[in-house]
Amino acid sequence: MDFGLSDSQQSLKDNARKFFSTHCPMTEVRRLADTDSAHDTALWAKMAEQGYTGICFSEEHDGAGLGLVELALILEEAGRALVPGPFFSTVALAGALLDATASDAQKKKYLAPICRGQARSTVALYESESAWNPAESRIAAENGRITGEKLFVPDTAAASTILVVARNSVFVVEAGAPGMSITPMLSMDLTRKVYAVTFANTPAEKLARPENIARGLDCATAALAAEMTGGMQRTLESAVQYAKTRKQFGKIIGSFQSVQNLCADMLLETESSRSAAYYAAWALQENAPDAAAAVSIAKLYASDACRTVGNRGIQIHGGMGFTWENDLHLYYRRAKACETTLGDASWHRERLARMAVDTVAVPPAGV
Amino acid sequence: MDLKLTEGELRFRNELRAWLESNLPSDWPAWREKSLDDSYSYLRAWQLKLYDARWAAVCWPAEYGGRGATLMEQAIFWEELARAGAPPMANSLGLGLIGPTIVAFGTPAQKLRYLPKILSAEEIWCQGFSEPDAGSDLAGLKTEARLDGPDYIVNGQKVWTSYAWLADWCELVVRTDPQAPKHKGLTVLLVNMKSPGIEVRRLRQMTGESEFSEIFFTNVRVPAENVLGQVNDGWNVAVSTLMHERGSYGARLYLLFKRSIDRLIELSHSARKNGQPASRDPLLRQKLAQCYAEVEIMRLNQLRAFSRISATGVPGPEGSLQKLFWSELNQRLQQIAQEILGPAGQLLAGDPRAIDHGIWSYGYLRSRGNTIEAGTSEIQRSIIGHYVLGLPRSY
Repeated sequence: MDFGLSDSQQSLKDNARKFFSTHCPMTEVRRLADTDSAHDTALWAKMAEQGYTGICFSEEHDGAGLGLVELALILEEAGRALVPGPFFSTVALAGALLDATASDAQKKKYLAPICRGQARSTVALYESESAWNPAESRIAAENGRITGEKLFVPDTAAASTILVVARNSVFVVEAGAPGMSITPMLSMDLTRKVYAVTFANTPAEKLARPENIARGLDCATAALAAEMTGGMQRTLESAVQYAKTRKQFGKIIGSFQSVQNLCADMLLETESSRSAAYYAAWALQENAPDAAAAVSIAKLYASDACRTVGNRGIQIHGGMGFTWENDLHLYYRRAKACETTLGDASWHRERLARMAVDTVAVPPAGV
Repeated sequence: MDLKLTEGELRFRNELRAWLESNLPSDWPAWREKSLDDSYSYLRAWQLKLYDARWAAVCWPAEYGGRGATLMEQAIFWEELARAGAPPMANSLGLGLIGPTIVAFGTPAQKLRYLPKILSAEEIWCQGFSEPDAGSDLAGLKTEARLDGPDYIVNGQKVWTSYAWLADWCELVVRTDPQAPKHKGLTVLLVNMKSPGIEVRRLRQMTGESEFSEIFFTNVRVPAENVLGQVNDGWNVAVSTLMHERGSYGARLYLLFKRSIDRLIELSHSARKNGQPASRDPLLRQKLAQCYAEVEIMRLNQLRAFSRISATGVPGPEGSLQKLFWSELNQRLQQIAQEILGPAGQLLAGDPRAIDHGIWSYGYLRSRGNTIEAGTSEIQRSIIGHYVLGLPRSY
């Protein structure tokens, strides 16, 4: 039993950190945040060259043939660098959903171009009534045509295909298909744009194995928890760095216990999020019996932690932390978006309760 | 990263599981309700049984009666004991904290003299660290030892010493050089608790029991050969013990917590809240799930820490993260138990309506001490700030 990263996993992670800091520094993050889609084709091509766009998919579909832990490691570093644009949407969300629900022919058609860096995709899941629960989706397709509205669909403008989770299945819609329209929703996270997407009798191809939707979304959720951990890591590093240099009353503020306590709690929450996210990715990879519970544990913990870590990080920076110029608010915005995406803490606590509380036999003796 | 058991780990687990199946005493649940004073001989006998089968201290080197188990095997060991509902061992401080320190710093003669009797529970150990004026600031301790011929003469007072009243030996930190800076003048002595001049006074804690004691030393003679490690290097020796305390103790506690949350979930189906089972109450479901998740994260953090220690060789200051996490988690868990059980959760052992023989009222009160003992949460956060994050020392 070894819960440490292998040498190859560690070097993958180290290289990703170097790659993102070279090719996507904060100046680039800010530039892309100001664009309509936050997507940069040059950056995308470089990420594809690294193999990141096909990291966890089979070589048969032009992927790198690695696992979900490796996906989590790349997402963690992307989250630390606050990489803007459709990487999470394409690889972790749409890629994982395709991998779980598409037939082999469909994977060749839709997943392989993602792996090769030629296509980008996203998943339309959230509806005003059903939130994140696929089973409660109202949208449905008949005779290969889909009608209805989806909200908070990430990175739709950059996507060449959209996977639509419907009441009865999951469908692929090509970008620009007849009857489809997308409207940007002006939301808090500037680095991952979200859209309202409507379909009116839009042609849609049904994916072969809709019974695996939950598996696909679980893979995405574990990867998201890893991305959130990366954001926490960067927030923690920034706060500790500031606490080591800022002086008040003639002293480094990091020498004050009130400031140290905030930093210690940030570390505890970041490390705990990391443990839970890595384990969820591993459990999914190995089809462990507790994989779904592990995913909810990772997401519920990270959802609360990414907010509290952000709060503390900004608090430590004082007035500087509240400025537009300081990068922390960009992480804070992303953290809020991630907190709710694919179910917030209370959503996953309820999901976990169904697995861990409701399945326990009632003891015979009353209290 | 691979969390599957290796072949060796699987063998280790199966052997232990088989041994537990045929050797686990069936009458432990009845003994559990008794006070520590009453059940101690029972726990001693249980440890002896484990010792005879070489299960008492699996992580110790084989030459000292252990199995040279890896940290992961150690984690498996505690998980299996919990699964089986096994009683704790009598000499827990000797096995978990002091024994490993003697393994690391002891002379060959000391190892030969002390380790086997720690394992067999023939000699029970306590840890003489805290003093009335040296708690979090442990290095400020004042109990002094002066060399006089072949012996040290010890004078001073210790406090919060767990199990001192039944201990045969004490790992005692004393000041041997009052002129040196406070961390540099300390030495660790192995002290026979039956020596003339030692007086133990039991302290009654808020649970009503007496786990802790004060120890008074008046001209107590300790042979110089009982120095553990080097003279005036006691801080390093003591810190090694504290690292074990913060690092690996969590692995055992996980089992208690896991048993508690599983039992609480069971109880939530029969306890009533707002006209329905507590398990149906939306708010309590949220709290139960949160707690269940945190107990699992405690396990995962521990396993990650073990993997890191296995790779680097030494437990580091990150142990403070474990200690902080489990101590605060237990307080949350016990509070949620109280919310689910209602006033019945407050009933003490002995009341016919007490739930699970009063373990929940006891657990609530006992958990209050968790963020104080073995280093307060405040000092753990300071250790994390300074030693892990590299912030300037705050104290």
